[in-house]
Amino acid sequence: MTTLSDIKSRPIYAGLKVDEYARRHLVAAEGEGARAVIEAFSMAPEALDRTTILYCPGGSAGQDHETALADLAPDLIHVAPSIETLLVRLKGMLNTATMGTRLYATGTEGFIGQVVAAAVGFGVDHHSIFTEHRGSLARRVQCVHCKGMTDNVTATPFTCSHCGLTLFVRDHYSRRLGAFQGVCVDAEEPGVIPPAEELYK
Amino acid sequence: MGIQFKQETFRDDYTFSNSPEAIRRFPFPFDRDEYMYSVNIEQHMPGPPKSYVEFPIDIDEHYVSEMRDRAIVLKEDPLRCQSLPHMLPAEWDLVELLMDSMSKHYPEHFQLTKDGDRWHWVNQPLGIDQTFTFGDTATLPCPPMEYITRQCQGDFALLDQRQDNLWMDAGIVTTQADWSLDFDIGMNFMEWHGPVPIAHDIGVFDRALKFLLNLQQGRPVRRLNWTMTINPRLDTSPENYHKWGQEKATVTPENVGDKVHLRVELQALWRLPRSNAIVFSIRAYLISMEELVTIPKWGRRFPRILKSLPEPIANYKGLSRYREMTIDWLSKYDDGQPTSPGFFPD
Repeated sequence: MTTLSDIKSRPIYAGLKVDEYARRHLVAAEGEGARAVIEAFSMAPEALDRTTILYCPGGSAGQDHETALADLAPDLIHVAPSIETLLVRLKGMLNTATMGTRLYATGTEGFIGQVVAAAVGFGVDHHSIFTEHRGSLARRVQCVHCKGMTDNVTATPFTCSHCGLTLFVRDHYSRRLGAFQGVCVDAEEPGVIPPAEELYK
Repeated sequence: MGIQFKQETFRDDYTFSNSPEAIRRFPFPFDRDEYMYSVNIEQHMPGPPKSYVEFPIDIDEHYVSEMRDRAIVLKEDPLRCQSLPHMLPAEWDLVELLMDSMSKHYPEHFQLTKDGDRWHWVNQPLGIDQTFTFGDTATLPCPPMEYITRQCQGDFALLDQRQDNLWMDAGIVTTQADWSLDFDIGMNFMEWHGPVPIAHDIGVFDRALKFLLNLQQGRPVRRLNWTMTINPRLDTSPENYHKWGQEKATVTPENVGDKVHLRVELQALWRLPRSNAIVFSIRAYLISMEELVTIPKWGRRFPRILKSLPEPIANYKGLSRYREMTIDWLSKYDDGQPTSPGFFPD
């Protein structure tokens, strides 16, 4: 598990642990998050026949984590081609989820953030979601000016993929948006842009 | 005799200024010659006549022009006013708090009559005459929080209390010192204060939260906060930072007195009766350096504050670019004499 810096508004990703009292386990995983799922659920094999895994290979495409997940033999595994399509499936499942369902989210921070934000929209208390950060430190960033989201930001400053402003990444995280805040870096002296630092690889 | 409302602007040609009376009642936030973060919360008790705390809700000569500026901001960016669905009872609580206070303390400008749930509200300065049913949103032209805060100076946030924390679940924020409601809505007390330096480490937010969780109905509290702004701009939002940021680089030794403004926030908190939510009002006051030094005590004290300010706080408040120039300009008003304790002019 990666240790992340102490940004007050950033969630703490405490790690996956199978909730033995849950009637249903709903697992959303991306990329290297597959390893967290395998580690947690191979310790609790009795839970697997009540487990649904939604997996998007994302940054780990080609490593065939999906086969390793299938080898766990959960009740259902669905491999999604993108985070967006995984979220569509997840929302469909949350819509019909019953009491006793435990949600797990693991992968990059941007992925976890989107899963948590989606679940909160269905009335899930964010404290109840088990999360574990795996994979790159890339951030999902919202441009405070145009409100556009840019995924997989590894350096600051970077160029907003929507409005084109050069943004520095502020260490301030919104759970509702599942994103960090990006603020124009050269607002005071247009064109004066510090060199980009690869801080979030 | 009522308040003489000024016609002025907080953008473009910046015609805002303070009358001599407004200068004397300015909420100067320093009671000594140096500044550090503290839990400077006190009871929101009525203060001396004509002071900014004479009444719980302060309406002043800038009222009409400030409300016009708010309308401009909301027209361009509706996301400055947001409310999560469970906050509707707190919105109505806010309508009651503001209408009661404004009509009671400024009866020559605002009148409220209640016939059960049937309320009649008259706002003379803005030319509003509205009859509505308290609690029935369909009887107002817009949702209740937006309706009343388009008619009251200051930003407002409504804080829901649960899980031993406060959650910023609604607000209208058009005169903010560089924070985004759209980004922070839904955050708890520790989260939305996340970017503030030093204060977390010295326990300020832990103590403040503990205090606020026990806030009692009928016993509001207040504190002052401050920063500085170039030009009398109310909308120093992060959303528009790429538009106003350049103004920070326009300060020269010649125009410091006119351009550099001290910006003070009177922050007040009330427990609301039905929703058990808390209203957090953030009322901004602006004063140019030229106006500030007309009070000799403040002219002596403020350069001393700026000189002793720790670097991280100066950076967080965004003063670094013009701090030295402002100290230089102000220093001719500091003759080195001791200053008397307390906030008020001698």
